[in-house]
Amino acid sequence: MQVPILKQGAYLIASIQSALEDDDLVRLCDALSTQVGKSRARGVIVDVTALDVMDSFSTRTLVELATIIRLRGAEMVIVGIQPEVAVAVVRLGLKLEGVSTALDLEEGIAYLDGKARSSGKEKNDRG
Amino acid sequence: MSRTRSRIGVVQPATGEAPVGEDTCVPIHSAADILEARKRGRELAVALGFAATDCTLVATAISELARNIVLYADHGEIRLNSVARKNSMGIVITARDDGPGIADLQRAMRDGFSTSHGLGLGLPGVKRIMDEFEISSKPKRGTTVTARKWKCQ
Repeated sequence: MQVPILKQGAYLIASIQSALEDDDLVRLCDALSTQVGKSRARGVIVDVTALDVMDSFSTRTLVELATIIRLRGAEMVIVGIQPEVAVAVVRLGLKLEGVSTALDLEEGIAYLDGKARSSGKEKNDRG
Repeated sequence: MSRTRSRIGVVQPATGEAPVGEDTCVPIHSAADILEARKRGRELAVALGFAATDCTLVATAISELARNIVLYADHGEIRLNSVARKNSMGIVITARDDGPGIADLQRAMRDGFSTSHGLGLGLPGVKRIMDEFEISSKPKRGTTVTARKWKCQ
């Protein structure tokens, strides 16, 4: 099942609608890393509210994606990790190091807005 | 090559443990079967009245074990049983394949060990999220992992 990618302002939003096969997740990552350049997006939000399982494969793939997005000059935030899923990720011993997370879509957008403001301020301070 | 089957884990004698209902067998051939197996596992956990977190832990364990089959053995099966012990209900997950087997079980059970592009076997993780865990493997003959989760009283 393909994950739709929506553009909202300077951000790309990918809402995962159901459990994903490994290949679908890899395709989503490829699409996002390409689209972030094409649409000159400053931020990417991956909404995993509908994911009932985040195992080592999906977690690692998302961590990789966050790094790729950062290398492409944008910020990524994962939103909507369910409480049970968060417990499972911790117990499995998986680490989401260097990956920003937020409670839901609204918080994710607020987080990226904050990042954009602080990087804009940095530029002004330097200039 | 070792001719003996190596084993690691808490070997729980089946005394006082009785199967309940039919067991479910999900053949694992492709990544799509991973989703089917964990869906069935979750359904069974929900049907037995497991807490929400434990349902997710069962589904996650199945996901890891089924993916190992796809990655390392190409095909195999996930068997799901509900069992009763004293006044507790539990789920037994049996992941079986006749793939290449694991040469060094001790190493495979260490965190961070992997032979397939850094994806990790995830076995130590599965052991942590389940209550009981047993693995036996024989080179060129295959691997069987049995893991149990008991319902919290």
